[in-house]
Amino acid sequence: MRLPTRPQGEFSMLRKVYLSVLGLLGASRANADWALNMPRGVTRLSAETYDLHMQIFYWCCAIALVVFGVMIYSLIRHRKSVGAKPATFSHSMKAEVIWTTIPIIILLILAVPSARTVIELEDSRKPDMTVVITAYQWRWHYRYTGQDVEFYSSLARTSGDARRLDSGIDPFTVDNYLLDVDNPLVVPVGSKVRLLLTANDVVHSWWVPELAIKKDAIPGFMNETWFKAETVGTYRGQCAELCGMDHGYMPIVVNVVEPQAYAAWLASKQPAATQSAATN
Amino acid sequence: MTSAVMDAHHSEAHHEPAKGIKRWLYATNHKDIGTMYLVLSLVMFLTGGVMALIIRSELFQPGLQFIAPNVFNQMTTMHALVMVFGAVMPAFVGLANWMIPLMIGAPDMALPRMNNWSFWILPFAFLMLVSTFFMPGGAPASGWTMYPPLVLQTGDAFPFLIFSVHLLGISSIMGAINIIVTIVNMRAPDMSLLKMPMFVWTWLITAYLLLAVMPVLAGAVTMLLTDQFFGTSFFLAAGGGDPVMYQHIFWFFGHPEVYILILPAFGVVSEIIPTFARKPLFGHDSMVYAASSIAFLSFIVWAHHMFTVGMPLTGQLFFMFSTMLIAVPTGVKIFNWVATMWRGAMTFETPMLFSLAILFLFTIGGFSGLMLAIVPADIQYHDSYFVVAHFHYVLVPGSVFAIMAAVYYWLPKWTGHMYNEKLGKVHFWLSTVFINVTFFPMHFLGLAGMPRRIPDYSTQFTDFNAIASVGAVGYGLSQLLFVYVVVQCVRGKGEKASSEVWDNPKGLEWTVPSPAPYHTFEVPPKISSSSTFS
Ligand SMILES: [Cu+2]
Repeated sequence: MRLPTRPQGEFSMLRKVYLSVLGLLGASRANADWALNMPRGVTRLSAETYDLHMQIFYWCCAIALVVFGVMIYSLIRHRKSVGAKPATFSHSMKAEVIWTTIPIIILLILAVPSARTVIELEDSRKPDMTVVITAYQWRWHYRYTGQDVEFYSSLARTSGDARRLDSGIDPFTVDNYLLDVDNPLVVPVGSKVRLLLTANDVVHSWWVPELAIKKDAIPGFMNETWFKAETVGTYRGQCAELCGMDHGYMPIVVNVVEPQAYAAWLASKQPAATQSAATN
Repeated sequence: MTSAVMDAHHSEAHHEPAKGIKRWLYATNHKDIGTMYLVLSLVMFLTGGVMALIIRSELFQPGLQFIAPNVFNQMTTMHALVMVFGAVMPAFVGLANWMIPLMIGAPDMALPRMNNWSFWILPFAFLMLVSTFFMPGGAPASGWTMYPPLVLQTGDAFPFLIFSVHLLGISSIMGAINIIVTIVNMRAPDMSLLKMPMFVWTWLITAYLLLAVMPVLAGAVTMLLTDQFFGTSFFLAAGGGDPVMYQHIFWFFGHPEVYILILPAFGVVSEIIPTFARKPLFGHDSMVYAASSIAFLSFIVWAHHMFTVGMPLTGQLFFMFSTMLIAVPTGVKIFNWVATMWRGAMTFETPMLFSLAILFLFTIGGFSGLMLAIVPADIQYHDSYFVVAHFHYVLVPGSVFAIMAAVYYWLPKWTGHMYNEKLGKVHFWLSTVFINVTFFPMHFLGLAGMPRRIPDYSTQFTDFNAIASVGAVGYGLSQLLFVYVVVQCVRGKGEKASSEVWDNPKGLEWTVPSPAPYHTFEVPPKISSSSTFS
């Protein structure tokens, strides 16, 4: 259900409460969902990250099942009200050794694939292209190295209007509220894109969950990371490091397109980008 | 020796507490100072709670309804500072003041005047900190971690923030020294170190952690101060400094700080479970070793808060492995508590209920902590609501629940009256239900991609945020019941408590009458060799 736009006027609190009750009842609503888990993402490493996340999650579930199981059994059987008589034992070297060793083994099982993925993540050699990202309070700047293309990427106007205190605009009527920008980052599918990140003022962090990339942009330093998107699409993220008043309003949009579309976009952007750089 | 005896005679008249405000201003009695710490902690807990509710109200729905983004950032920053330094730490120091002398058979803390000073610094420090809300530029809004360069954009509040952190540090250091000196020097004869109760042990370790890392925090914030006002560039790249170095120094303090907040909680649980399971603590000595290992490891894991800042590969691997290792001693503690319950004869009074909730819910926080250790996964979790869920699961149903368990456990000893058990249980169940309603959905929000510290969010995050806000209001209101139960007990509304209070609990504190007299153990108690301390 999409709610009608309300260009002006106060959004009554009652209505907000009603909306949220609707949400609690699970009524389907535009843009609202009940996502529970991390996205699997669109790169090989995002999938690997997802698998690691699930693997460790299942280990935790298994451990929880055993530990909580024993506890619950004990809570039921070893209570005074069912006539339990307290035992007097107070230590067992054997038990201590067992419950020290088993966790160590589980950790080793987890450590190996984790380390392997970390090593792959750090391998940013031989990129197909490089984008320099500079973070500002509160927008991103993208520069395509070797190309005459650079531009700022800020919160889209539609979200910018709706986000003001008591704007009277219902966020549910705004497409991709707070996750839309004026100029998205565009990259070709299947290319290894190296990102070089820095910041102009304070520390920011560039995060796109579908790419499993989060890297801090730090003033005075150049950070490096990379991704290789394997599916065409639009992927959204946000600044993840508190960077001041409008930290919540510097989204990231990455358009992953076919190589021909990318070439066309790049060509169209070249003069325009020069112009906008001159005016900035 | 003779003069000491003479002095004791002379001061006979002073054995009763002074009247009126002087009793508190000039307090040197460990029980009075402990009470003041606990009262301050409760006030700060409610203050920080109001801030939390302002945060949750704003996040109830997408769009901005109540506060501007900069005020929102002030709220998250101050909520954290108030809760960590104002609610949890003073509460544990208060418990230490009250209980450590009673548990080791000492007449008082070793350094009573310093004890007075370390308490009285705190109200002024927090008054100063909270007053920054009314200064030009508002309260600090850079997060409790105070990362530069952002923190340098703080308005007039900046020097007051730094100075209040200094004061809190001074207070903590003095408190830590006092606790160490008391434990090392004033134990009853025959109480060897390994005979000490677990609460005393965990506090001894905590005090050493405080002593080690509070000066580090003071150093870090002093460098911020000189960067701002005296032209240095410790953390400013333009002057050859490094903003990331601050993060390393901060977390070298920050990670041990996490254990400062939780180790005394482990101690409390280790006292309570044996009492209500009617069975001695399982593996007392391995609990000591586990707590010590956790303390040691806490010094070599700090950069796991920084996996996204850009670190050499070997650094990332080192901090991942060392962090995973913490799961081992933490697991040992959990398993030992379960083994303590095993084949006991349990009853479920309020302190026991809170302790059991800690076993379940702290473990959930431990699981998410283990997940956060895995670098590739952490890159996704970092600075998202998953982290918010994680640390609230260890801090609220870990530390805060332990403080409440301790209050219920020892309140009859302090006041001489039983609290209202029925209302205590209601408070427990409300707290436990609402805490999960508040924080469990935050796992989902974080995994779905919601960053922390944002005043407004995209519409797909609406539902879980609404649920979390409802839970927060419920949890907040439930705490008023806690205040009511405590106040009623202090006013002497419950039935008289015996000196043992519970069913044959172990430990010296149960050998003195309830309420504990103003002065206890003026003559060191005799400890039979068969005595077991939980
Ligand atoms: Cu930012």
